[in-house]
Amino acid sequence: MSAVSGGNMVGRSTGDRVILILAVVCAVIMMAPVLWVIGLSLKDNKELMADMNSVFHAPYTITNYVNILATSSVFRWILNSIVVAGGLTLFTLILASLAGYGFARLNFPFRNTLFIIVLLGLAIPEQAVLIARHQIFSWLKFHNTYHGLILPGLSAPFGVFLMTQYFRAIPKELDEAALLDNASRFKIFWKVLLPLTVPAQATLGIFTFLGAWNDYFWPLISGTKKEMYTLTIGIASTQTNFAQSEGLGFLMSQAVFAGAPILVLYLFFQKYIVTAVSGAAVR
Amino acid sequence: MAEATLSSSPSTAKIAARQKVQDVNAPLWRNALFVAPYLFFFVTLLIVPLLWGIWLSLHKADAFGAGRFVGFDNYVRLFKDKIFIQAVGNTFYFVLLTVPTLAIIGLLLALALNRKTKMAAALRAVYFSSSVLSVTIVTLIWRIVFIGNFGLLATIYGWFGVPAPAFLSDPSLAMIGIAIATVWWCIGLPMMLFLSALQQVPAEIYEAAALDNASRWRTLWYITLPSIRRTFVLVLIIQVVLQFQLFGQAKLMTLGGPNNVSKPIVLYIYEAAFTKWDLGLGAAASEVLFILILIAAMAQYFISRRKGEEG
Repeated sequence: MSAVSGGNMVGRSTGDRVILILAVVCAVIMMAPVLWVIGLSLKDNKELMADMNSVFHAPYTITNYVNILATSSVFRWILNSIVVAGGLTLFTLILASLAGYGFARLNFPFRNTLFIIVLLGLAIPEQAVLIARHQIFSWLKFHNTYHGLILPGLSAPFGVFLMTQYFRAIPKELDEAALLDNASRFKIFWKVLLPLTVPAQATLGIFTFLGAWNDYFWPLISGTKKEMYTLTIGIASTQTNFAQSEGLGFLMSQAVFAGAPILVLYLFFQKYIVTAVSGAAVR
Repeated sequence: MAEATLSSSPSTAKIAARQKVQDVNAPLWRNALFVAPYLFFFVTLLIVPLLWGIWLSLHKADAFGAGRFVGFDNYVRLFKDKIFIQAVGNTFYFVLLTVPTLAIIGLLLALALNRKTKMAAALRAVYFSSSVLSVTIVTLIWRIVFIGNFGLLATIYGWFGVPAPAFLSDPSLAMIGIAIATVWWCIGLPMMLFLSALQQVPAEIYEAAALDNASRWRTLWYITLPSIRRTFVLVLIIQVVLQFQLFGQAKLMTLGGPNNVSKPIVLYIYEAAFTKWDLGLGAAASEVLFILILIAAMAQYFISRRKGEEG
């Protein structure tokens, strides 16, 4: 089994082991900056200022993390990120499933033309629409609101593309049978087909959530008030006094604090993310 | 739909008639209601802003609206602006630094980790993990690695008594520093794409090669690499489109400096539109970026297709 799946890397030769050891070494090098940042975040700021090498030995402290909880707006930013990323994910799933079902299964005038136009939308980079969106949103007074942060993401065509592909792959006999029972189109969609798309929903949901959680550009220009920052923008806004090393440990603890939840989430959903990436690649 | 049911199942005439009634009752346009909600957002939030952006680029616009029509003035101003030309050059330089690196390292990692052991799975998870971090955290990590005197790099060089290269403040190194952080951040996706491509290669081909006693290198060169050529092009296109949009890393790590050597097009757009509030100029610059990305992606697509037809 493993010999076949290994393909070009067949067997358990010495060369094979060398490659694996190299991969481990590279992984350690790759993780070194993160480990070092975690180390810094656990050090007393004054001690760090005196000697950076103190990061390699005790004493360590969690004072920096306690200070985050006590002083900054970090909880508000986390809440904003959850509302924005969660809201966008929920609405994207709804819109993309409905549209995916419509494009894949139903017939209506101009269907193919409309679908091709949506696909062409994939090629539009964010920057080409950003300035106009910003202006339109200021006329509508949408800036510094949750809907202002969520709405632009709803236009992304990727989800519709993914769901259409997925609905097309489901055997047609399933909904035709339901149609014979005189079920309505929506009932067929809701009761018969939607439950079958759970893997695709997970894929799309994870992609959308990660993208929205990590988005930097739109929240930067739309959520300009401190209480409307997302976590990504909030953390960036606290980095002004970087050059002076005072508070270095504190700064680093913010990075860890902001990065840890998404990394934990990643470890939980890793299996789905891997399938998601591979699945999207095959199509 | 109707003839399919008639031919595929032994349905009675009664059922067929019932379905016909339903089809008559539900006109075709009603089916479009499923796609209408998405299309509403697609048009209002993507198509309208796209057209409005092109319109803006032909105007002397400020924060309050499109002002006077100026034709192609903004574009002329752009190409007379040395900093914009430099930003275009910087962006191409960055793409050249990152995209081949990401494709090659991604492929090597995929080849090394394409096995069904727990160890390989764990390593895949490690290499992909940085991709889920936001640009803010990535740049925070790498600034503290690169920072002079007390960064991780300086600390390691210090053990050997050598001064570390000043990645973010030396004009000749700034873009390379940003590229290193970017490769670290983005390597997971190319690796995953190559891995899934490797798993699509039919096992029989490898079995045949093994019967012929083909060496590991010959197998890699004549079987594996040709089989994943399409994925290679896909990775290149995705990464070119992505890396052309460099923004956060440059803004947060160097602010485009020193002397604009690490200012990419998107940072130029951001500054024109949202710090100088010259929206017309910013819109013009973003249309130039749009065209550059389209040309680059299409060029790769057509080159790969022509090669595919020959081979």
